[in-house]
Amino acid sequence: MTQPPIPEAGARLERVIEVQRGAGVNRRQVLAAMAASMALANTACSPPPRLQAHPYVNLPEGGAGGQPMYYASAFVRDGFAHGVLVGSQEGRPIKIEGNPAHPSSLGATDIYAQASVLQLWDPDRSSVVRQRLAREGDARVAPQIASSTWSAFEAAWLECADALADPHGSATLRILTGPMTSPTERALLQTLLARGPRARWHVHAPLSDAAAADGAWMAFGRHVAQVAHFDRAQCVLALAADPFSDGPGAVRHAMDWSSARTAVRDGIAGARAPVLFAAEATPGLFGARADHRVALSPARIEGLLWRVAAHWMPELTPADVGLADPAAAAFESRLLAALREAGSSALVIGGAGLSAEAHALVLALNQRLGAIGRTLTLIEPPDAAPGAGTLADLVDALKAGTVDTLLVLGANPAYDAPAVFDMPHALQRAKLLVHAGLHVDETARLADWHLPLSHAYEQWGDARAHDGTATLLQPAITPLYDTRSAAELLALLAADPLRDGHALVQRQWRTGREADFEAFWRKSLRAGVVADSAAPPLEVQTARLPARLALPAESPSATLTALFVPDAATHGGAFANNGWLQELPRPFTKITWDNAALVSPATASRLGMSTGDVVRLQAGMRTLDVPVFVQAQQADDLLTLPLGGGRRHAGRVGDRVGFDASVLRPASAMTLAVTLQKTGRRHEFAVTQHEIDQHARELLRTVSVGTALAPEPKRDQLYPPFASPVHAWAMAIDLDACIGCNACTIACQAENNIPVVGKSQVAKGRAMHWIRVDRHDLEEIDNSGFQPVPCMHCEQAPCELVCPVGATVHDSEGLNVQVYNRCVGTRFCSNNCPYKVRRFNFLQYSDETTETLKAQRNPDVTVRERGVMEKCTYCVQRVARARQHAEREGRPLVDGDVVTACQSACPTRAIHFGDLNDTGSDVVHARTSPRHYAMLAELDTKPRTTYLARIKPDA
Amino acid sequence: MPSPRTTDGEVLRPGWGYASVTAKIAGLVLSRPVRWPWLAAFLATLAMTLVYLGAMTWLFIKGVGIWGINIPVGWGFAIANFVWWVGIGHAGTFISAVLLLLRQKWRTSINRFAEAMTLFAAGMAGLFPILHLGRPWFAYWLAPYPDHMNLWPQWRSPLVWDVFAIATYLIVSALFWYLGMLPDLATMRDRARTRGKQVAYGLLALGWRGEARHWARHETAYLLLAGLATPLVVSVHSVVAMDFAVGNTPGFHSTIFPPYFVAGALFSGFAMVLTIAIPLRRAFQLQDFITEVHLDHAAKVLLATGWIVAYGYLVENFMAFFSGDRFEIAMTVDRWTGFYAPVYWAMLACNVLLPQVLWWRAARRNTLLLFVLSIFINLGMWMERFMIVAQSTSHDFMPSSWGLFIPTRWDWIFLAGSIGMFAWLFLVFIWLLPAISISEMRELVKEERDEPRPPARGSSHRSVQHGGSDGRA
Amino acid sequence: MSAVFSPRAVLVVRLAVLAVLGLAVATVMLFVWRARAYEQLGEPIAQPIPFSHKHHVGDDGIDCRFCHTTVETQAHAGLPSTAICLGCHSQLFRDQALLAQLHQSAATGQPVAWQRVHVLPDFVYFNHSVHVAKGVACVECHGRVDQMPLEWRAWPLQMQWCLDCHRNPTTHLRPASQEFAMDAPLPDPVEAGALARAAHLESRRRMTDCSTCHR
Repeated sequence: MTQPPIPEAGARLERVIEVQRGAGVNRRQVLAAMAASMALANTACSPPPRLQAHPYVNLPEGGAGGQPMYYASAFVRDGFAHGVLVGSQEGRPIKIEGNPAHPSSLGATDIYAQASVLQLWDPDRSSVVRQRLAREGDARVAPQIASSTWSAFEAAWLECADALADPHGSATLRILTGPMTSPTERALLQTLLARGPRARWHVHAPLSDAAAADGAWMAFGRHVAQVAHFDRAQCVLALAADPFSDGPGAVRHAMDWSSARTAVRDGIAGARAPVLFAAEATPGLFGARADHRVALSPARIEGLLWRVAAHWMPELTPADVGLADPAAAAFESRLLAALREAGSSALVIGGAGLSAEAHALVLALNQRLGAIGRTLTLIEPPDAAPGAGTLADLVDALKAGTVDTLLVLGANPAYDAPAVFDMPHALQRAKLLVHAGLHVDETARLADWHLPLSHAYEQWGDARAHDGTATLLQPAITPLYDTRSAAELLALLAADPLRDGHALVQRQWRTGREADFEAFWRKSLRAGVVADSAAPPLEVQTARLPARLALPAESPSATLTALFVPDAATHGGAFANNGWLQELPRPFTKITWDNAALVSPATASRLGMSTGDVVRLQAGMRTLDVPVFVQAQQADDLLTLPLGGGRRHAGRVGDRVGFDASVLRPASAMTLAVTLQKTGRRHEFAVTQHEIDQHARELLRTVSVGTALAPEPKRDQLYPPFASPVHAWAMAIDLDACIGCNACTIACQAENNIPVVGKSQVAKGRAMHWIRVDRHDLEEIDNSGFQPVPCMHCEQAPCELVCPVGATVHDSEGLNVQVYNRCVGTRFCSNNCPYKVRRFNFLQYSDETTETLKAQRNPDVTVRERGVMEKCTYCVQRVARARQHAEREGRPLVDGDVVTACQSACPTRAIHFGDLNDTGSDVVHARTSPRHYAMLAELDTKPRTTYLARIKPDA
Repeated sequence: MPSPRTTDGEVLRPGWGYASVTAKIAGLVLSRPVRWPWLAAFLATLAMTLVYLGAMTWLFIKGVGIWGINIPVGWGFAIANFVWWVGIGHAGTFISAVLLLLRQKWRTSINRFAEAMTLFAAGMAGLFPILHLGRPWFAYWLAPYPDHMNLWPQWRSPLVWDVFAIATYLIVSALFWYLGMLPDLATMRDRARTRGKQVAYGLLALGWRGEARHWARHETAYLLLAGLATPLVVSVHSVVAMDFAVGNTPGFHSTIFPPYFVAGALFSGFAMVLTIAIPLRRAFQLQDFITEVHLDHAAKVLLATGWIVAYGYLVENFMAFFSGDRFEIAMTVDRWTGFYAPVYWAMLACNVLLPQVLWWRAARRNTLLLFVLSIFINLGMWMERFMIVAQSTSHDFMPSSWGLFIPTRWDWIFLAGSIGMFAWLFLVFIWLLPAISISEMRELVKEERDEPRPPARGSSHRSVQHGGSDGRA
Repeated sequence: MSAVFSPRAVLVVRLAVLAVLGLAVATVMLFVWRARAYEQLGEPIAQPIPFSHKHHVGDDGIDCRFCHTTVETQAHAGLPSTAICLGCHSQLFRDQALLAQLHQSAATGQPVAWQRVHVLPDFVYFNHSVHVAKGVACVECHGRVDQMPLEWRAWPLQMQWCLDCHRNPTTHLRPASQEFAMDAPLPDPVEAGALARAAHLESRRRMTDCSTCHR
């Protein structure tokens, strides 16, 4: 660590240099320069410059820091609340934990909630009001943008507000929002709409499947939201759906499924777990966990659905039922048996790519099975927008030129709307376009006014969970910039007397509770949820059976079905500027910093394509060049196009990463017939795992129900066994629970200040994730298996033997610690690590310049510099915090005091961590399981991180 | 006592006297006009040296990430180069120390520049372990010294043993080289015509006056150092081998490494001796001093060590399957068929196949063929180091973490740069110092003169007296 | 021919060699001395407000915790906030010119910029509360602040100094009642041993683990 030169010496040299720049240099000056440079060189070994200490002017509650404080709040994605606890240190939100009291979380989180904290500190967030001065007709020309103020906007708004309010006037107002569940915001929106007789609300949900909503309408003549209960189900059938990653209830689904399997995992005789059937077009997390899985194109999945439904719906005509599908026969027969056995404990879920009829049929089938009310609850959609128009309606109005003022609130149609709408031009047709959002995105750049919105963790607010439970948002930090929450903005627009978010939310919830409001408020705020506010189940009449559409004609061989899905990490582009997510290996392809068109091996060989080929897709007039990635588990003749790439104005991270599939996307459907031709160009993917086959090395093991793994042979030790008398920390990862959702990877990255390295570095093999999730093809169950791999903390650690400076050593509690400040970077430890879990700072990866990113860092974890080795530490800072807390209180540590970041994020509770010396601890229980094994045990490294084998489905 | 006129030829052509030998060798330094080929070579290598230094600067600024290394391949060219240069650095000490103890006359005319080669090669080698560190400015932490952290090196790590092995080797071979040169420096001093040269050589000669006492001390010290250096020939590369053998990676973890590395070292070392000797004798008309006999002997050493190396390859492959260790087997199969397979087969061709021509006397006496062969062997030995370092780690225990090392332009610059700097140092050496030991050559002359009378070691100083004015102050 | 070097020249050369050796030794000494200079032991450090621990602790006998409020509960002892100072100085000496900066800070909300006396590297995670809980008295590391008109560093705060205590804590412990006393004597070995056991400090291993201070 070299010290900056002492200012005086520096100044002296400055002066000398000045002199030297002068015309002639004489001997004296040269000597002076030499002397000065000597002095300067000397400062390297002079004492460090005096640092200053700035105390608080008023010490905040909670003290000077060092202890994290947790605020119950929620992260709002697609309008739905994901309950979280915002962990903040020294007043900075730095880590997100799940809120155990929240129905969509139960204490776990998904990757988006974990990465949301980086979104808060995103240096590219919009910080000021921006006004466009000169307005060009052409959106492609960069207009004159000037930063402005909220008061300026308010003044400007008042003018057109009067015009809008005028009952005899003609000025029209359209408001475009994303899905909206917040009671406060919806109430304010209503008042705003009420003020202007010619105001209308439109909802734009880029990733939601219109067919699903239409299907519900078809079946029940009303909109419904489906809440699945995996814990009550005996048999779950997912049709082109991935309930473990799609929708606001995904984490809860995984959690319920996992807990329903606990008995089976513990080997309790006669225990039953829900049997999962997946008929999927493109690989998803649910399919990878399914006991029985078949890959079919959406059309054939519908065929399967109709055939299955027929067994419960005799009234269906043979024309509806159609012909049998040999590819799915075995799957189908098993499925029928399981559904019959399960009866009302069955659950059928339809997903993107199915037609409205199919969705209607799914609902009807659930009803016939008796599932509705038991494994499936139908509720009023929390984001229902009665009377609200669609994006298509808005575009028509825009094209007709009947829109004077368009207010886009928290949406980015200029990017994520299907290209058929030609949004960039359509938006220009509005006489006044106002955009409010977190970023100066594609839409913001077209707007006359751009208004910066507050992040979820900066504002007071509310939103509803997937089951309708009301969730309160409280700020964990005052807004970083001069921003407003959506509610505050709506209040401003609606000329509401109240402008402060706290007051607005309180007013919303006080109605009807005036008596005991304070108590209610404190209680709800503390819990993060409003007790018993879940939406009541709907009573629906018997579902009307849809009529099946004529099967599409056999398509020519050059034509493929394109299926549009949200990208597994950037979620349709909304998180494109989030480095953690861009660099997150997608669960199946392990691609980072990219999106790829997935095709099955059979289709690839039929069309003579291989991974990396760039092909030109054509649908009607529009074309799109995309790189192909050949993916097993993919249905034949199907092309999966992840949405969320090719952002033009996401920010420094997300611009021009991958391709923008919405160029081809049709107005409403999620599928499209495309023709394909090769361009001859190649594309390099940055992939973190090149070898999917585990070469029979039994890294990821499977067992049949009730059977035990062969115990490891006892090996003689040359050295005495490692002793950790006080505590012996260990981790056991249950591969039967892991669904490969990557939440642990992002949680670890947030907790441990793990840098983002960028595509080129990942391509070189330098990704920094401390806990990676390996995927293996498991022949024995003909499916994918996921295996999280953190540091094994071997008791006989090969890495420690070879470090010349003792920078990696064991501590007395069995942690294999990496002492960054001692590491010289020989990398011998990594060469010698059989599990290859060590990560090296080949270059200066940690961003030391961007202020906001510094603020996100965990103060309890050293930020590593260039040339230093790093790796999983079992969250040693959390261990230390727990220990110090216990020592202050003079009590022993108990099981559960230490929870690692990966463990707390895991939606299926697959990760067990604890003290081996505590015989009652969770991890000890896990290690006694007959499924317990150590990876590469024959190397006899005595790993502290061990695994529980995945249970094979009984055929 | 074998006469210098050995059965298969002489190690010094007849017709040379003390004065002529001295004049010839000293003349190379003192009175040789600078000719353009030498100048061109000097400038070219100097340029490469400067590029090398520039590359180092950039490396310290940016970090080792400018190379192609990654996880799993944590070591790339840097360590391969290190091992390769250490190996080359072996022949010198072997020639001067071991062959001296074995009374091999033919070493006389080649030991001086062989030792220089050793010194420079070891120097090149010594750089890489420091360059490859993530934080080179803390390299001194590998040395034991009392610090205010109360910390010491981690003695179980072979890298720490390396520090001592390499440092010892550098010091001893430097001393050996300098001590052997003392009488010659005195000769240079006395033959020098300009004051500057007289002073320069005079300072280096440490006041050598060729007295009997000087010679006696010199002989003893020289023999002692030879005895000291001999074990080092074995120890250094054994320790370097343990850098790998101690590791558990398939391809590293092998008990045969120490002997196999030492043999490989001599193999590459003698190859480099030939690569240097052949152009040298050609350029300076030293055919009479470095005769076919020398080349012939060196070639035989090549053949012998080459077979030991070949045996090493054989055992490695055999043990992989004999052990039944699935990781070893997979790694070996990958060597044969994987991404780096071409390098592996090329390596076998260079190190095992080609040297077999040396069975034929004609080949051993064909300087051009020997020169080309020696180049190939140097190449082959480098590829061997590369395979051990890169291929092994690229294909170890976790298939999910398998990855390839692809060298970047910087990797190549550092390899070329070290070769350039080595060559430059050598050119400077033959420019300023006698490339062949004058005093020992004169011993050869003497022994030819008063054959068959066995020469008494103690009397060797008299030979100097014959030499004329040299050494009198 | 004549000798290249006159006897005088030879002498000069020999002296030169000696000089070089001497210089080498001198350089080593210089660096050792430099390393000492890091420690800055006993150098009073000028502060924007010449705060005197001697006055507050020595003369007034104010307990450490009165100002360093979080020393028992948190990693940071808590550098007193402006408000804490004003707790007294809104009444006492309120018009002293010395305290102008303090009132200014309270008015503007800008903190007083104190000069740091005790600094640890960023990769060292020191926790006051645990040391206090274990019975390490303030004087052990901060010295007799009650005798410091201006705060200075009493100990080098280097790793080997920390380790001295972590390896053998028994001789540095005091009963809880005396932890904040300045002149309390060290207890006799028997009592010290009892304190160590009570604080679970028998295991030297835990206290010398790298992970105890580095993360």
